[in-house]
Amino acid sequence: MNYNARLDRVFGALVSPARRAILQRLAETDCASVTELAQPVAMTLPAVMKHLDVLEQARLITRAKTGRTMFVRLSPKPMAEAAEWLHRYEQFWSGSLDRLVAYAEKKEARARKALARKRG
Amino acid sequence: MTSLTLVRRIAARPSIVFDALTTPEGIAHWWGPDAGPVLLAETDVRVGGRFKVRFRMLDGTEHESSGEYLEVNPPVRLVMTWRWLGNEDEDGESRIEIDLRPVDGGTELVFTHALLGSEESRKGHEEGWNGALDKLEKYFLSQDKRNA
Repeated sequence: MNYNARLDRVFGALVSPARRAILQRLAETDCASVTELAQPVAMTLPAVMKHLDVLEQARLITRAKTGRTMFVRLSPKPMAEAAEWLHRYEQFWSGSLDRLVAYAEKKEARARKALARKRG
Repeated sequence: MTSLTLVRRIAARPSIVFDALTTPEGIAHWWGPDAGPVLLAETDVRVGGRFKVRFRMLDGTEHESSGEYLEVNPPVRLVMTWRWLGNEDEDGESRIEIDLRPVDGGTELVFTHALLGSEESRKGHEEGWNGALDKLEKYFLSQDKRNA
């Protein structure tokens, strides 16, 4: 999967509040069984499994079976990559737009002065 | 869709802001993440026309980006594609949308930079994953270090 597609999967997976809640919980516990994940969010097991499929496709989690129990773990890289994209462009455009604002406001002040002179 | 949105209130009329966004003279005053100079700015502001901007950052590195205007509706809307020259960025092509709304005392500018992606994840942005991302990110980054 290329970079754009990977990032898109990550942000797509984060659409759902239920999936965000699962990630949040995994962030607190490091590793949890599917049953443990289903309990606090009052979701059926099949519903949780479906969300886990989406999270796994986005590579935000990994699943592994130990005996009869399925354990879920966070996988940090895709999220870090997505956050890095946001930060990079936020830095670039924040700085740019701040100077754009200053420049446009100076032009506006000048235009008003010129108009006032014409009228006066 | 993977996207970043920034909003600014500007004490200037939309036509002045639109000119600042699209004229080489205007672009030379603001383009770039820090106070380094714009070295080259070319714009052909019509649908299908292209822009090219080269700038130097304060650390001495030079960067160039270019793209094509997809929507040109002065003084309220501008849409363009975006790509870095060279391979400093693996993002490929992305898209910038700028809306200028006249408000009391000036203009509200809404700026969105988006990767080209699916409808499904665009909804994600609208529903606001930003806060969740902030919270989770710290954890993920620290995990990343641990695993490295």
